[in-house]
Amino acid sequence: MAEMTREETEALIQEVLEVYPEKAKKDRSKHLAANDSSLEKSNKCITSNKKSLPGVMTIRGCAYAGSKGVVWGPIKDMIHISHGPVGCGQYSRAGRRNYYVGTTGVNTFGTMNFTSDFQEKDIVFGGDKKLDKLLDEIETLFPLNKGISVQSECPIGLIGDDIEAVSKKKAKAIEKPVVPVRCEGFRGVSQSLGHHIANDAIRDWTLGARDGDDSFATTPYDVAIIGDYNIGGDAWASRTLLEEMGLRVVAQWSGDGTISEMELTPKVKLNLLHCYRSMNYISRHMEEKYGIPWVEYNFFGPSKIAESLRKIASFFDDKIKEGAEKVIARYQPLMDNVIAKYRPRLEGKRVMLYVGGLRPRHTIGAYEDLGMEVVGAGYEFAHNDDYDRTIKEMGDATLLYDDVTGYEFEEFVKAVKPDLIGSGIKEKYIFQKMGIPFRQMHSWDYSGPYHGYDGFAIFARDMDMTLNNPCWGKLKAPWKASDESELQLGAQA
Amino acid sequence: MPSVMLRRNEDGQISFYVAKKDLEETISTIEFEADDKWGGEIELADGSKYYLEPLDEAPKLPTTLRVKRL
Repeated sequence: MAEMTREETEALIQEVLEVYPEKAKKDRSKHLAANDSSLEKSNKCITSNKKSLPGVMTIRGCAYAGSKGVVWGPIKDMIHISHGPVGCGQYSRAGRRNYYVGTTGVNTFGTMNFTSDFQEKDIVFGGDKKLDKLLDEIETLFPLNKGISVQSECPIGLIGDDIEAVSKKKAKAIEKPVVPVRCEGFRGVSQSLGHHIANDAIRDWTLGARDGDDSFATTPYDVAIIGDYNIGGDAWASRTLLEEMGLRVVAQWSGDGTISEMELTPKVKLNLLHCYRSMNYISRHMEEKYGIPWVEYNFFGPSKIAESLRKIASFFDDKIKEGAEKVIARYQPLMDNVIAKYRPRLEGKRVMLYVGGLRPRHTIGAYEDLGMEVVGAGYEFAHNDDYDRTIKEMGDATLLYDDVTGYEFEEFVKAVKPDLIGSGIKEKYIFQKMGIPFRQMHSWDYSGPYHGYDGFAIFARDMDMTLNNPCWGKLKAPWKASDESELQLGAQA
Repeated sequence: MPSVMLRRNEDGQISFYVAKKDLEETISTIEFEADDKWGGEIELADGSKYYLEPLDEAPKLPTTLRVKRL
């Protein structure tokens, strides 16, 4: 299908909205828009960060997911207790593929699930005693932990447990940080508030731990990677580039990160912010309290990497600027080879994205490097400032959809007919059964890293592998299979 | 009385950020911008207006201040 005009895009949105009742239609129409890249501010065309409609299928998560799953979870040498019933922790355990180095269960705890496993009596009589006991047990069984965080699940807020009091008491007793996080799932409209709460907990309970302690030897080239969760090794692929250009990476927030790194972050000279949505809060705080500037960067695809490396280098002296140029010069021929190999196979293909906080806009550059075009993008839980940044990256009249519902997404795909969809696990199998190539872009479909130059080679390979796989033409959606034998085959499988 | 974080953005303008309201706008005019009197009526790029009790000295940015919505 050729490119859509603004009228066609708007007509499509109207057509999709047609099935909703009047009130729902009015609400949803604010979240769907045809991009107008001439706008400076996104709030003129799209509404975001609002409560999802009851009855529609939304793909959002909860505040607990934002805090335990995203921000705190990857800090490897701390134990994160899922405080409340067992399910929240167990069903989200190790799903995000935040890689780390260490011996799990001895000095690192990333893929383990710690929970207070609330029972009826804990709800009735309160769970503070249980938490107290649990903290002692953890200290006995895992003495090499460097700290504990208490991640509240919904019931904690509902029954009014005082986890702060218990945490303070036990922190004194075991002489390690114990951080209570009030990230009950019912707070806010999506996981986004969980990020904010988690950032505030870091600010209040850990960040100031080494204020006034100058024993850490600093250099003028200290930086921290903020908002890189090391999915499939992303942060490592980013870190090597920064180190190669002469910077010293003091901390990784929070993929493969440690609590000591976080405490040292106020000593750095510049904060490098990758995921703006989940960690801009702490960056703003550090700028205000410690005077550390922060800069957003994008390590997807060679054009954006080169641009970001130069932008980062501009904060430092000529040594780093030369270093950045050297890094770019060293990798550019390699990247040209990657592009020469894959671009002919991917040129002109059209992509629709629906992911989380930064990828719908950050990956656009990488797709463009491969000659592909992003024809629709949307976020699960973005705010206005994310859309401000997105409308400039996207082509005019392309589709924007905020907190898209299962139904809308399916209808958009049927009309726009993209060659590839990048979204999450909940959407994956529907679209694959419809015979549309799909990449799970939350945890890189069990691949990665995708950040950095090394990551781009893998990114290009994965996109080619998915798009040009011969299986898609042979697939027929089970609900469209009219042939008896196909139905039987489906039943047996 | 929202708590507002003021900071200089990349273009040198002052950005006006209210986390709770998810509002990030640049400031177009400030009533008093002298070194010994800073604040007063603030107008944002989107046209909305706020009032900051004038300060005795220009603040060191970034900083968080309480302002009133007009």
